[in-house]
Amino acid sequence: MGAMQIYLPIAEVSVNAFLLLGLGGLVGILSGMFGVGGGFLMTPLLFFIGIPPAVAVATEANQIVASSFSGVLAHFKRKTVDLRMGTVLLIGGLIGAALGVMLFNYLKSQGQVDLLVKLFYVVFLGAIGGLMFIESLNAIRKTKSGKRTPRKKHNWIHGLPFKMRFRASGLYISVIPPLIVGIAVGILAAIMGVGGGFIMVPAMIYLLGMPTKVVVGTSLFQIIFVTAFTTMLHATTNFTVDIVLAVLLLIGGVIGAQIGARIGVKMKAEQLRILLALMVLAVSGKLALELLLQPVELYSLGVAGGH
Amino acid sequence: MRAFAFAFALLCALPALAEEVVLGLSSDQVSINTNFDGSEILIFGAVKREEAIPDTPRLQVIVTVAGPSRPITVRRKEKRFGIWINTDAVEVDHAPSFYAVASSTLLGLSLSNTEDLRYKVSIPRAIRSVGAPQNIKNTANFTNALIRIKSKSNQYQLNEGTISVDEQTLFRTAIKLPAALTEGDYVTRIFLTRGGEVVSKYETSIYVRKVGLERWLFRLSRENAFIYGFMSLAIAIAAGWGASAIFSAFRR
Repeated sequence: MGAMQIYLPIAEVSVNAFLLLGLGGLVGILSGMFGVGGGFLMTPLLFFIGIPPAVAVATEANQIVASSFSGVLAHFKRKTVDLRMGTVLLIGGLIGAALGVMLFNYLKSQGQVDLLVKLFYVVFLGAIGGLMFIESLNAIRKTKSGKRTPRKKHNWIHGLPFKMRFRASGLYISVIPPLIVGIAVGILAAIMGVGGGFIMVPAMIYLLGMPTKVVVGTSLFQIIFVTAFTTMLHATTNFTVDIVLAVLLLIGGVIGAQIGARIGVKMKAEQLRILLALMVLAVSGKLALELLLQPVELYSLGVAGGH
Repeated sequence: MRAFAFAFALLCALPALAEEVVLGLSSDQVSINTNFDGSEILIFGAVKREEAIPDTPRLQVIVTVAGPSRPITVRRKEKRFGIWINTDAVEVDHAPSFYAVASSTLLGLSLSNTEDLRYKVSIPRAIRSVGAPQNIKNTANFTNALIRIKSKSNQYQLNEGTISVDEQTLFRTAIKLPAALTEGDYVTRIFLTRGGEVVSKYETSIYVRKVGLERWLFRLSRENAFIYGFMSLAIAIAAGWGASAIFSAFRR
């Protein structure tokens, strides 16, 4: 036996099965520790080990469905899902995912899809990681000095029309901001192969003013349906969902998440946030370097005429 | 009837072959299964001849194995707005997914340029590029890049001097097929040359096929993409659910 190579039927590459299980496990540990989906780490890692980007993005969407499913069940049991808000976010998400896949396929035919995916990663991970880093540094400083900033309750969002009551969140706001948040996250899901929780969770807290206890469950609810829709779109238009790859990552991921959750409880929230921020910045930095530095090989091969 | 007559005339026109190839393959089928990690094919044979072995020029053997051809787009990156992005692209109309040339001595010594042009034996000749856009200079750079990239991943191989020939009669070589292999018929050609001229040619195919689960999944994903998508989702959900159920059972 020794090296357990496995041939991925859709990606058409042969990869070590233990490497995939390990990657799944590693990302699982991190996602369990930080309570994030981990798609934003897994997809670039798949690029690095030589999985074609289109397959990595589509397969990761499929894997996120699986990893979010057990999570959302737990939240349903605890009644921490705002179904109404989730549905509005979902409608936006489906529109966004369709737009995202269209953009993805167009740029794929133009040979710019790698650039698009990498740019999205650099910009979004860079921004989120930077903000998170500064915010958690401030939080640590404030807990030391003992001061706390009150959260603003009213902002420009409350002036918009089409108001709706979201009972579980205790909100009476316009449907426009959650729709836009949903669309943005849908586009990200399709292009980056992520669930988009890292954008949606802060947007729900700071932009929509939702209470923290329903945020995670509601975002998971939205993520499952949007990533399932994205998986179907990629599977039927690009034929790039590799089920063997997904299952291997999944097995590692589920085990890793359980271990990570146990490590997570033992650490302080601020420390966790700083660690997560540093990791996000590292991934973003690595991809930024790839765009900025002259590549060793200037030429690349693509299949002519779309696919 | 006329077609038959034509074929007969053609046969007569061919010079009687003094030397012919009798070929053996270690296997004429390569199965891509779940733990496929590349393969090696042994190609061996003998030269059948009616007359005495001509002494000079010495007999040389060339073997080529070519995977299915597809058009490939070669793109070049340039620095724009501070970052490296794909700008120019050249479409190569005809590039085999895999191509290996093995020869008994240096390819340049065993095959003349005109014969190479005629039979498309060397790697640059096996690639065909016609319709390069007008605005791009140096399209040769693009085909060179294609060969360079494919050679790096062992998709294109030039194995000079890897065919051993005994007594100008028995020859054998091994061709390594990489793990990342596409399905299709791999056309295998054997050339016997003397003084750079091809004296005999033999052609056969090696069938590379996905088998079992690999084949089933691949075909389902192309032919019933919708069902495949749903199946992927169902498996993913079941696996995610099952694994967390097992873990929570352990915790209790």
